Amino acid sequence: MDITFDHVSYTYQANTPMAGVGLDDVSVTIHGGAYTAIIGHTGSGKSTLLQHLNALLKPTSGTVRIGERMITPSTSNKNLHPLRKKVGMVFQFAESQLFAATVREDVAFGPRNFGVSAEDADALAVQMVARVGLPEDVLDRSPFDLSGGQMRRVAIAGVLAMQPEVLVLDEPTAGLDPAGRREMMALFAKLHADGQTIVLVTHQMDDVADFADDVLVMDQGKVVRQGHPKEIFQDAQWLLDHQLGLPRTTQFALRLQQKGFKFDHLPLTTPELAQMLAEQLGGARHE
Amino acid sequence: MNKMILGRYIPGDSFIHRLDPRTKLLATFYYIAVIFLANNWQSYLLATVVTLAIIPVSKVSLRFFLNGLLPVLFLIVFTVLIQVFFTTGGHVYWHWGWLSVTSLGLTNAGFIFVRLVLIIFMSTLLTLTTPSLSLADAVESLLKPLAKIHFPVTEVALMLSIALRFVPTLLDQTTKTMNAQRARGVDFGSGGLFKQVKTIVPLFIPLFVTAFTMADELATAMEARGYRDGYGRTRFRVLRYGRGDLLAAVVLILLTLGLIFLRN
Ligand SMILES: Nc1ncnc2c1ncn2[C@@H]1O[C@H](COP(=O)(O)OP(=O)(O)OP(=O)(O)O)[C@@H](O)[C@H]1O
Ligand SMILES: [Mg+2]
Repeated sequence: MDITFDHVSYTYQANTPMAGVGLDDVSVTIHGGAYTAIIGHTGSGKSTLLQHLNALLKPTSGTVRIGERMITPSTSNKNLHPLRKKVGMVFQFAESQLFAATVREDVAFGPRNFGVSAEDADALAVQMVARVGLPEDVLDRSPFDLSGGQMRRVAIAGVLAMQPEVLVLDEPTAGLDPAGRREMMALFAKLHADGQTIVLVTHQMDDVADFADDVLVMDQGKVVRQGHPKEIFQDAQWLLDHQLGLPRTTQFALRLQQKGFKFDHLPLTTPELAQMLAEQLGGARHE
Repeated sequence: MNKMILGRYIPGDSFIHRLDPRTKLLATFYYIAVIFLANNWQSYLLATVVTLAIIPVSKVSLRFFLNGLLPVLFLIVFTVLIQVFFTTGGHVYWHWGWLSVTSLGLTNAGFIFVRLVLIIFMSTLLTLTTPSLSLADAVESLLKPLAKIHFPVTEVALMLSIALRFVPTLLDQTTKTMNAQRARGVDFGSGGLFKQVKTIVPLFIPLFVTAFTMADELATAMEARGYRDGYGRTRFRVLRYGRGDLLAAVVLILLTLGLIFLRN
């Protein structure tokens, strides 16, 4: 299922003196099956763009096409249910959406709303809680007794349980410990390998380099670049000008370049760099 | 969430924006009291003209004032209808059991309508041109004499300003929580009563939890920075009366005199 933006603009608090630009004439396509990363500095409009993916926000002008559904400024708020089922969204600080008495109920809440039977929803809850790496005994505990990182995982499980076609993640690993971050990223990579469309907002350029196959760069409500991470990260100076960083490996390669190493293109991942270095130093093939 | 106009500040730099918040607060209360002096069409006309002359000075579009009427529209209509049907006197136009429409009833209804609209316009003017924190400062400053009788002025003022400060934060949090639950398939504001009541839990529990966490964190942060009580604290925003405040007082006194002169 593709999601296509056609000249979409969005203004916060339109028609008031406090009006602020959220999106400015955005035209992009997010392809079904892709792992799309959205990067951009704080306030560049990433979260605003995400909320158009399941019609939580409707464009002030332009159209968003989500699969077969067209969302225009005049689309009514009714009948968006099927769309919300298809596009699952994990918000920034998702742990603040938990409310139920037990983790089990909270995770089953989404599927129940979309008409899954109580038994099936419960089975999904058990399955998803395991999938996000939580032990089975949290199922019957109150989500409010868990740590912040565990609560985040419960919230993510709650969205996975809806079995969406497109999984949208707004900085899902912010505030997790490094091990937790790696686990979550590995989980998303596995889902993607199984065919899940993923849209990820992140400030971690390493994650972009390691996982994404398409990158949108946002600045002041506009999508200023779209491309494969390989292309996006070649232009180091341009990224720095847009207050963005580089993957650690690419930074390291840049410094090696200043010391006389030659790269015909900058590597993004450690294996890639190791391979290039091995070739230049005249060694054998790096494994 | 953005429809709540009462209590929404519109930034600006007009004469009214620059008035001391104490002046604006007192003037609004004074205006509400003095408007009751009006009792014939001449005095109501004067009050209306003065009010409509003051509003443009704020440079806030009239649309915001009209929006301010919406939340209380029902109240206004209700009051006006009661006046129309239950006041008797003068020429009788229509009569049915308890109900009658008379000339006196119609005039009174008209007067009450004008009075309510004017009062709401003026209170809207206060909230549109004054940040809520300035209002809290004004309340504190005006209550200060009560400290002599051991009324906890600074504590009350602190509570007030914290409460006001967190209204936008909580509204923001409400929007976020509603969005998060919508994404999980909740339809707010549709379906039968039972269905709607059920949507309250997933909205309010997270909100309460966030509010308590915020309160707790704020208290810790304040203690960590040495807050004990308000006595002897200096202030960042110092209130000072200026020439404009004198002018405002003069306008109000002239209005009062005019009303006394015109009423019968
Ligand atoms: N509820 C709102 N009301 C008014 N303006 C808003 C609102 N939410 C966001 N904005 C504005 O819209 C712009 C884009 O915000 P957005 O939240 O999409 O940024 P972001 O790229 O997600 O930033 P971050 O990396 O900090 O999450 C910002 O300038 C912000 O000030
Ligand atoms: Mg954001």
